[in-house]
Amino acid sequence: MEEIYAKFVSQKISKTRWRPVPPGSLQTAETFVTGSWDNEENYVSLWSMGDFGNLDSDGGFEGDPQLLCDIRHHGDVMDLQFFDQERIVAASSTGCVTIFLHHPNNQTLSVNQQWTTAHYHTGPGSPSYSSAPCTGIVCNNPEIVTVGEDGRINLFRADHKEAVRTIDNADSSTLHAVTFLRTPEILTVNSIGQLKIWDFRQQGNEPSQILSLTGDRVPLHCVDRHPNQQHVVATGGQDGMLSIWDVRQGTMPVSLLKAHEAEMWEVHFHPSNPDHLFTCSEDGSLWHWDASTDVPEKSSLFHQGGRTSTFLSHSISNQANVHQSLISSWLTDPAKDRIEITSLLPNRTLSVNSLDVLGPCLVCGTDAEAIYVTRQLFS
Amino acid sequence: TASLSGEPSPTRSNICVNSKKKQMCFDWGPGEMLVCETSFNKKEKPEMVPNCPFIYIIRKDVDVYSQILRKLFNESHGIFVGLQRIEEELTGKSRKAQLVRVSKNYRSVIRACMEEMHQVAIAAKDPASGRQFSSQVSILSAMELIWNLCEILFIEVAPAGPLLLHLLDWVRLHVCEVDSLSADVLGSENPSKHENFWNLVTVLVLQGRLDEARQMLSKEADTSPTSAGMCRILGDLMRTMPILSPGNTQTLTELELKWQHWHEECERHLQDGTFAASPHLESLCKIMLGDEAALLEQKELLSNWYHFLVTRLLYSHPTVKPIDLHIYAQSSLDLFLGGESSPEPLDNILMAAFEFDIHQVIKECSIALSNWWFVAHLTDLLDHCKLLQSHNLYFGSNMREFLLLEYASGLFAHHSLWQLGVDYFDYCPKLGRVSLELHIERIPLNTEQKALKVLRICEQRQMTEQVRSICKILAMKAVRNNRLGSALSWSIRAKDAAFATLVSDRFLRDYCERGCFSDLDLIDNLGPAMMLSDRLTFLGKYREFHRLYGEKRFVDAASLLLSLMTSQIAPRSFWMTLLTDALPLLEQKQVIFSAEQTYELMRCLEDLTSGRPEHGEPDAQQLQDDDIETTKVEMLRLALARNLAGAIIREGSLEGS
Repeated sequence: MEEIYAKFVSQKISKTRWRPVPPGSLQTAETFVTGSWDNEENYVSLWSMGDFGNLDSDGGFEGDPQLLCDIRHHGDVMDLQFFDQERIVAASSTGCVTIFLHHPNNQTLSVNQQWTTAHYHTGPGSPSYSSAPCTGIVCNNPEIVTVGEDGRINLFRADHKEAVRTIDNADSSTLHAVTFLRTPEILTVNSIGQLKIWDFRQQGNEPSQILSLTGDRVPLHCVDRHPNQQHVVATGGQDGMLSIWDVRQGTMPVSLLKAHEAEMWEVHFHPSNPDHLFTCSEDGSLWHWDASTDVPEKSSLFHQGGRTSTFLSHSISNQANVHQSLISSWLTDPAKDRIEITSLLPNRTLSVNSLDVLGPCLVCGTDAEAIYVTRQLFS
Repeated sequence: TASLSGEPSPTRSNICVNSKKKQMCFDWGPGEMLVCETSFNKKEKPEMVPNCPFIYIIRKDVDVYSQILRKLFNESHGIFVGLQRIEEELTGKSRKAQLVRVSKNYRSVIRACMEEMHQVAIAAKDPASGRQFSSQVSILSAMELIWNLCEILFIEVAPAGPLLLHLLDWVRLHVCEVDSLSADVLGSENPSKHENFWNLVTVLVLQGRLDEARQMLSKEADTSPTSAGMCRILGDLMRTMPILSPGNTQTLTELELKWQHWHEECERHLQDGTFAASPHLESLCKIMLGDEAALLEQKELLSNWYHFLVTRLLYSHPTVKPIDLHIYAQSSLDLFLGGESSPEPLDNILMAAFEFDIHQVIKECSIALSNWWFVAHLTDLLDHCKLLQSHNLYFGSNMREFLLLEYASGLFAHHSLWQLGVDYFDYCPKLGRVSLELHIERIPLNTEQKALKVLRICEQRQMTEQVRSICKILAMKAVRNNRLGSALSWSIRAKDAAFATLVSDRFLRDYCERGCFSDLDLIDNLGPAMMLSDRLTFLGKYREFHRLYGEKRFVDAASLLLSLMTSQIAPRSFWMTLLTDALPLLEQKQVIFSAEQTYELMRCLEDLTSGRPEHGEPDAQQLQDDDIETTKVEMLRLALARNLAGAIIREGSLEGS
């Protein structure tokens, strides 16, 4: 049985990310970072699930994340990524990109580096620039790629003050997310349903490839690449659809899976167990997609996750898992013609804005000002 | 030229009116605040013009800004939404059980908040904020106390017998000093010699915790052999007191009979002077007989009148009926206060509850408490218990809806909590929708992501007007920022044909200036959205012409170009550009335009040139422009004539063969 713990934190959470465990280490993830949005004062906060000495082995307060430290963040936190063990990169609605440094000795966060005008508009009405929200970042030490509402792509290096490469007007609409495909190639998704591949070796402002949804130009909000099969990419759209793409072939998605009822804000392949995929949505749900199991009976019916009316406030044990299967798969592999979907949150809340998975650990944050954590994902 | 000082905290601030100017006005600002003009300058900014008046913003609902209470608002929101979804068909026992569970959930959230607030109060560094948190703790504690009583009386609707058990639990939960007292005494080396030993035993008896009291007495018996006999007798009386246990099937009459018998036995012991040697034990016996004077001697330990009430009922009217509660409550209050002090708001609220006057409870709570959270949620819950059906207010909605609207408006006034307010408005059938419409438009949209969230709220509720207006705001913003692609996307989403036309014109103008299109990724993928406005259709088709031309599909390109003019999709102002675009096609080696198409092109050109208005006094620049224009027209005429010749020959030879 999966135990999911809820903690109310008095701020709307826009992003949650686990701190990576050191390579080769066997320990489970302990520390995660959250970013808030839409508050008068926003914060980047670091939390720990670790023991604090006074816990019994039966759980007790085991699941309760403790605040390690936090720091003011100017503007909404639009995206967060760990750059390495100590450094966190934050994207701001003010167009600023900041690297925060965590000092474990005295448990503080400080600003390590900042690009204040990474994203900006140059309007006809405004003589100078006006800031544009930075909507997404991706890190691959020492490189940081950022995208924004201004349709611009920046390539930063942690040791450089100026951008190493900037593609102005890379997109005519808003870029919502970015991820690495194969260095030095990146993938972006935009608000008119397009997936674009960019190669930093090429000069000019043109993408090397454009893939798009047909017809309705439904905005895409998130993108993730399969950790082992680099040509397999998952995206989530405004209509809550999950699209799986094979970027080697075709310009259209390989499969379209009906998923959430509203915007899918994030999609993540499990980094070490990529048959598992996780999605969260504006409709307040968090789903676990499992393509590894063989479900004997066939069912093409797919209905919405349980709407139980119980509300257990502090420690929520999710007994009412909703198991449904549908005939489809995210890979063209015919063996995987079924996916089991489990709804991970016990009842609907406001939007689940972000999630992150690492090993057996999952963390997500909501507009209902709660973070949910489980560290027994597959038990 | 007024300055705004928008601090969230001041509920009252000094308002200084310049009497010479005889200006004093105020107005309700957006979202639950009073805005008034003042010449009182709090910040004393020297650079301010001395005559400039200030505007003060006075907020109504300060509790919304408490970090800890935010948890209460967020967590209870989930319970509220769950409650609204409770099946209407659910009736009888299961429905009641559900409602009681919901009520308990609400209370557990209040308690969690209270505990956290308590921790913060203890940890507070300066005494002022410590006091502030402590007062919040007592407010939360009072809220829980009232809620719990309402739960017993209105939701559980406990009948005679179980009613008292519930009330006992209520008192035990809220007068909880006994636990620390007990730990203190039992932790000492010799508990029965502890200075608070008899206080502890007395409190245990007052709360009806007779098993624990008996254990304490046995400790006393062990250490002082002289009173051992008395302790045993009193302990036996405690053990034999008949109580209603949940699993027991005995009737109320049986219980009353047994209880009467037990009561008489206690009375006999007192009369016989069994405990005369020990004033402590005698006083305990008197308490167990429900002796008012003996009870009132323990005022300190009872700490409040409702504890007195419950203890009194336990030992004199254990099977009290709900309907008689208020008589005992009133007399307990009077006896307890003894004319020394007057009842406080909390006393009045509890009294109203004991009188089963729900409306009075809600009214008093609304006056006494500093936020709408409590009354809104409690009233809603009681409404689900079908207790408020008949009560309609004179201004259009019922009390439940009125209070929910107040609460939700308070949430919307908050920078961040507005999202919670939406669901509350949803469950206000009469005025919720209009309230939401008014509030949602006032949400500042600083990022597209926030805009998308607001849009989703509007779209789910078919609020088309608001959807249009939000998209329009975003489209305008995008135009200002020179983001034509985004602007077009937003106007397509809003189905705003006029704005789509405006943006399309901007695209065409940019094309004419630069000779190439921007934002091809969007224009090439318009799809059916292209039909939104004629100009947008033209933009899409014109771009298609360029693509066909680029792909050297000249025949298709040519007929598309011509159809743009003949179907009147192309704006007249753009015809010359289109005709110029035809030039390279006319000059191709092979004939592309047929004779008929060439005639059409010629007619278009003549339409255009004959329709030109004559200019008055042309300046030098215009003369030059006209010159270029004339050259262009002449070149076109020549090319058209040549093409016509070629086409006639070609078509003639095809016919002939």
